[in-house]
Parts: sequence; structure tokens; C-alpha cells
Amino acid sequence: MYSEKVMDHFQNPRNVGEIENASGVGTVGNAKCGDIMRIYLDIDENQIIRDCKFKTFGCGAAVATSSMATELVKGKSIYEALQITNKAVMEALDGLPPVKVHCSLLAEEAIHAALWDYAEKNGIKIEGLQKPKSDIHEGEEDESEQY
Amino acid sequence: MGKIIYLDNAATTKTAPEVLDAMLPYFSEHYGNPSSIYGLAAESKMGVEQGRKQIAEVLGAKPEEIYFTAGGSEADNWALIATAEAYKNKGNHIITSKIEHHAILHTCEYLEKHGIEVTYLDVDENGVVKLEELKKAIRPTTILISVMFANNEIGTIQPIKEIGEIAHENGILFHTDAVQAFGQVPINVDEFHIDMLSSSGHKINGPKGIGFLYIRKGLKIRSFIHGGAQERKRRAGTENVPGIVGYGAAAKRAADTMEQRTKKEIELRDYLIERVLKEIPYTRLNGHRTNRLPNNANFSFQFIEGESLLIMLDGKGICASSGSACTSGSLDPSHVLLAIGLPHEIAHGSLRLTLSDETTKQDIDYVVDAIKGIVERLRSMSPLYEDFVKASKRS
Repeated sequence: MYSEKVMDHFQNPRNVGEIENASGVGTVGNAKCGDIMRIYLDIDENQIIRDCKFKTFGCGAAVATSSMATELVKGKSIYEALQITNKAVMEALDGLPPVKVHCSLLAEEAIHAALWDYAEKNGIKIEGLQKPKSDIHEGEEDESEQY
Repeated sequence: MGKIIYLDNAATTKTAPEVLDAMLPYFSEHYGNPSSIYGLAAESKMGVEQGRKQIAEVLGAKPEEIYFTAGGSEADNWALIATAEAYKNKGNHIITSKIEHHAILHTCEYLEKHGIEVTYLDVDENGVVKLEELKKAIRPTTILISVMFANNEIGTIQPIKEIGEIAHENGILFHTDAVQAFGQVPINVDEFHIDMLSSSGHKINGPKGIGFLYIRKGLKIRSFIHGGAQERKRRAGTENVPGIVGYGAAAKRAADTMEQRTKKEIELRDYLIERVLKEIPYTRLNGHRTNRLPNNANFSFQFIEGESLLIMLDGKGICASSGSACTSGSLDPSHVLLAIGLPHEIAHGSLRLTLSDETTKQDIDYVVDAIKGIVERLRSMSPLYEDFVKASKRS
């Protein structure tokens, strides 16, 4: 059901991990729906994304879209990164099954959320960037439960 | 492709060689239509009747109480819809459980649109129907109680005898979806007070596309498929002769081997459960610890998502299934896992492994080692795990 590219990015995800003291961190999705993406950005003084890492809880498509999104934003300026749409992520992966399109939307939102965090931390306004609407508060209270 | 370890026997099973051998002559030798008059057709008719007899024997039923269908889903649809129709003068209320297969739940939803009232019983944390709640749900208008024999996801076996007794004490018909239980656990329709029972051939090393509905003699249940006198005029359509022959052979095989087969499966299942719970942290077993199908194990691994786990297991030649949303084509995880009280994210991280008589201890060891590595890898990628680890360090 997945393209070879999706399978490749799922099985060999690029840029998995965390960035300590990241310039911006964005977490979107919620555990209830089964997808949470977190993207870390390391942005230099020229507003170029030097490094990008991710962590994702989710299905194969969620992992693959996160991986591809990090590849697409690396080395870009924050304004170029803002232009990366879910469609671009999907195309770069040679498409997604229809039920998985929301994963690519999540990837786009995760980039925006990380950029928003960066803008807030630095007290700047990024033209065209909206406050991210997704949040993960739903289901958070269950995290401490142990089995 | 290397060796495949098939641990999805609740989804379907391999057709047993002796079952296939029994079926083969009914394709191009004994191909006559059982309804025809000539000698060639008599062979087909005999095949059908032998299959019926073999199945009836396993259930302690009469052969004429077995009605062949195209599968378990058809049998479930038929039992519910035909009962609602036949007993509408008595009432319009059906009681079922929240953890039924969708062949029951969606049929109930359909009936609700046509004036039938349905009570969906809660289950406890092990997935067992609460008998007190069942008793309280009974109304003067209740015509049917339908509770599955054993659950397809978490394997929990229901107190079928007690449910049957409650039904009959109250003059209510009792149907059970035994698709997962038939051939796996001993069933006697009289002892368990069962009026109708659904089953499916391909779950017990028989062929796909064949099932049956047991209907106790004397019930008013009418035809669901119209257009012929087959199955005592209750289910039209030329019989699936090879399917019925294969189903009969599979039922006999399952019953004959049940004791030693399930004993071995239970040993391996318990070994699997023990190793997984001991060696993989933040893991729980879903379903009842002991009162479960001999070949079923269902786990939830915290902080990870089931579909990812399945794809990675597939990469190691292991076939399994999950109750995660991604495998159901919706955003909601399994209704069964939610009904036993699991939070959504725990339900998303579930894994069902269902063994067969071919499963070996070596297979289990290979699978547990594979799961360990994959769960660890997926957790290292999981923001939920990251938050959990950071929170634990803080406290």
C-alpha cells in the first residue's frame, strides 16, 4: 500500500532525534488519533535552518512524512520552509494512500509549529505564519499511566 | 523472501492438506449440482450431507440444524435480521455486547434504523460481559441476546453457559458468534443453551467462502437469501460443495486434534506472554490472563503505534495484526480495546499474535527477540517516550 519511497523513509528515517537547545520546537497531532509529530529546528543568525530533527509517534506514513519534511527544510531559509506544503511532502514521497493524507498535513503543521516557537522565542514575526492550531493536550493526562 | 512466521491465525488459517485433499474431487469429478436427479449429482449431495453431519457432531447438534452460508458474517447478519423479523410480534429489543465483531455491531446499527432497539453491554477490564448488567438489560420486549463466544481481538472467552441460562430463563433466544471459538474450545449447543451459532470455515484450517448458522429446531427463522429450496428452503443458492466438504473435514480435524493441539498452543502462548511481559517494559496483556483462546495473545506497548510495529515485523517475515486506527482505515483504534478501558494511545500500540499448531518455541523466541528490538527502536523515535523519560528524570 506504500510507495517504495515511503517504505524507505519509514525503514531508514532521516534526521531522527532531538536537538538540545533547539531554536524552535513544534509538536502537533494527538495521541487520540494515533499521530504525534515533534520537529526540532536549529536556525542560524541568517535565519537559515542549519539542522532539523524529528520524533514521531504514529504509523508508517507519519514517520515517512516527518522524515521527508526534515529533509525538505534542511538548509532552507525560514521563509522557504514556510512555503513547504503537505502536497510537496507527499509528492516527494511519490504519493500516499488517501487515508494517510492527514499525516502529510501533520508534517506541514509541525514545521509551522516549530517556526512559531522560534519566532516567539526571538520576539520576531514571520510574515505569513499563523499560530499553529493543533495541540496535543488531548490524551496527555493519560501519559503517566503505567502498565 | 525467507521464512514466514505466520502468527495471524485469527485472521485466517492455512487450509490443511487433508482438507484440500477432501475437497479436490468435488471440483472436476463430483461436480454435479446437488439438486439434480442423476447419479453424478448424488455424489455432490452426499458430500454436502457428510459435511453437515461432521459439523453437527462437533456441536452436539442435529445435521438438519446446520445451514451453510457464505461465511461467518452472513451467518451473523442472518441470525439478527431474521430474528428481528420473525419475532417482531413478541418485541423489538436485542441485547448484545460492545466488543462484538462488526458483522454483529453494524447489523445492529442497521436494525436500529428499522425500529429495533439495541442494548450494547459493557465488559469488564478483561473483556468479559457482566452478567448482572445483562439481567438488568432484559425487557419484556427482548427477543434476542447475541454475545460472541470468544473475542477475535483479545481472545477472552465469555461465560456462554451462564448467558444461555439467563436467556432461556427469560424466554429469550440466544445467538452466539462462535467464529473464533468453533474448533478451538469444546462447544455443545444443548449444554450452553445456544439457539443460534455462527461459524466460518477458514478460521479452522478449512476453506474461505463457507460458513454456517446453527439454528435450533423449531425456531421461526426464515430465509435470508431467496430463490431456491436449498438448505431446507432457508438459504437459497447452489451449495458450495467443495467448501462444505472441506469445512466438514476441517471441523472433524479440529475436534479430533483439539485436546493435544490446544494444550501445546496454550503452553506456547503462555511462554510468549511471559517472555514479552518480563522482557519488554511498559507493556500490558489485553484480555483475560487464562480464560482466553488457546492461541491468542494481545499486547499493548506504550509509546508506540501498532501499524509501524506491523510493518517492521513484516520486514522480519512475521505476520501479525493490530488494533491501531491505521489498520482499521479510521482514526479510532479498536472498539474492543476501548471497551476494556484502554486510553486511545495505548490502544493504538496494540499487537495481536495468534498461533497455530505449526508454531514452534523457536518461532516464539525469534518473534519475541524481533519485537524487543522493534519496540525499542520505535520508542527511541517516539515523542511520547521522550516526554515520559524526561518526566521520570524530573521526579
